[in-house]
Amino acid sequence: MGYGDVEMIDANGIRKDGRKAGDVRPISIELGVVPVADGSCRMRWGTNDVIAAIYGPMEAHPRKIQRQDRAVLDVRYNMAPFSTSDRIRPGFNRRSREISKVTAEALESVVMLELYPRSKIRVEIEIICAEAGTRCVGLTAASVALAHAGIPMTDLVVSVASGKINDVVVCDLNKAEDNYGEADLPMGVLPNTGELVFLQMDGDLSPEEFQEAWDYNMNAAMVIHEYCVEALKTGRYPQ
Amino acid sequence: MTEKKNAAGPQDKQRVTRLVAPGEDLGNLEGHELGHGVIAIDGRIRATKNGRMNVNGNTVSIEPRRTAYVPRPGDLVIGYVEGCTNNIWFVDIGAPFNAILPMSLGPSKADFGGTRSVIDIGEAILCRVQEVEETHSSVVTMKGMGLRKIRSGAVENIDPHLLGRLIGKQGKALRELKEESECRVIVGDNGRLWIDGDFNGTLEVRNRLRSLTAEAKAVTLGGVA
Repeated sequence: MGYGDVEMIDANGIRKDGRKAGDVRPISIELGVVPVADGSCRMRWGTNDVIAAIYGPMEAHPRKIQRQDRAVLDVRYNMAPFSTSDRIRPGFNRRSREISKVTAEALESVVMLELYPRSKIRVEIEIICAEAGTRCVGLTAASVALAHAGIPMTDLVVSVASGKINDVVVCDLNKAEDNYGEADLPMGVLPNTGELVFLQMDGDLSPEEFQEAWDYNMNAAMVIHEYCVEALKTGRYPQ
Repeated sequence: MTEKKNAAGPQDKQRVTRLVAPGEDLGNLEGHELGHGVIAIDGRIRATKNGRMNVNGNTVSIEPRRTAYVPRPGDLVIGYVEGCTNNIWFVDIGAPFNAILPMSLGPSKADFGGTRSVIDIGEAILCRVQEVEETHSSVVTMKGMGLRKIRSGAVENIDPHLLGRLIGKQGKALRELKEESECRVIVGDNGRLWIDGDFNGTLEVRNRLRSLTAEAKAVTLGGVA
């Protein structure tokens, strides 16, 4: 069985989990779930369950990582050993290093780091349960947690992935679609300006398919942004 | 949006509040001044913090939900000694960086190497921020009236942005709290309070702090969750 062989969308455009091509999985957001952190957020997105916690700004150690004109973001993305059906070996690996790096770079474009020279802001992203698109959930949760911690930011970052299954472009891939689909396009968007701060692509998309996936991501990001703002104002979404 | 009217004067008639999230568009910059927690991008005012927007006169600002203490010269602060060398104490004042207390600005004379005999690690002190560098490093002093090592009572914390509510207009709320609890209460600008009094009085002040924090978080009261 190869990529594209598994039927994941029917002739009416309905996916295995009952969603249409442009639908996003159900999302819930809860703030302040880690009392000892300066800001925290738990985001459930489909079966994904992610906790992001923010500590700082604090003095950056070791001193060699300090920047004289700005703070540094120390992002740690980690999947719990029990987060997937096969146990994951605990600790850092190549994949988590890569996701930590791209998450930090996406967040650096919105956090006003210049206000805290020589400091460090620790961002801990813990994946409790993984379905698909954990990097998107982690980035969005981290952005909401930063706002919750009172860190000055020019915008929130909302991340969502679209992809291709059975030659059809769909929004927000689930596990089966991610595993057996033909392409995956995660994006990080600044909803208030429409700017892009994070983009990766796995697989092949034609220019038309790319445009379609782009549009799905942009539309979904605007909707998810409203959920995040609602959560920041009231402490949770949905109420 | 709510309009607040009271006897404080005409400027309060223009005061409006609303909850905002970072990046939210707060309107046209023209005719407005930027206060805390807002920036101007392409002629529009944008929020940089999660909290309550205040429009006071023509100044737009945000009262943040949470904020880190950033020291300013002249601030009265309560700190914990975290370390020391032969002639310097390092003081945790709740800011991103520890402050320095040189022996020359300490409470009393000590021999070179005798810092721990004057103030030991873990002890609390009442001090004043003397100097803050651009890099946020700060120097505190204990030379001044009332500045001392804290030997009795309890030290409590609240978020620095709630100090205004605790103190009240011209210190009225704090004065009433002191009278009711019969405690000496010294409020540090870094959100730490020194409460010195009997057990029941200390408990009363603690309850007041707890209810103040809860009130600020209650959505129904116009606060931010």
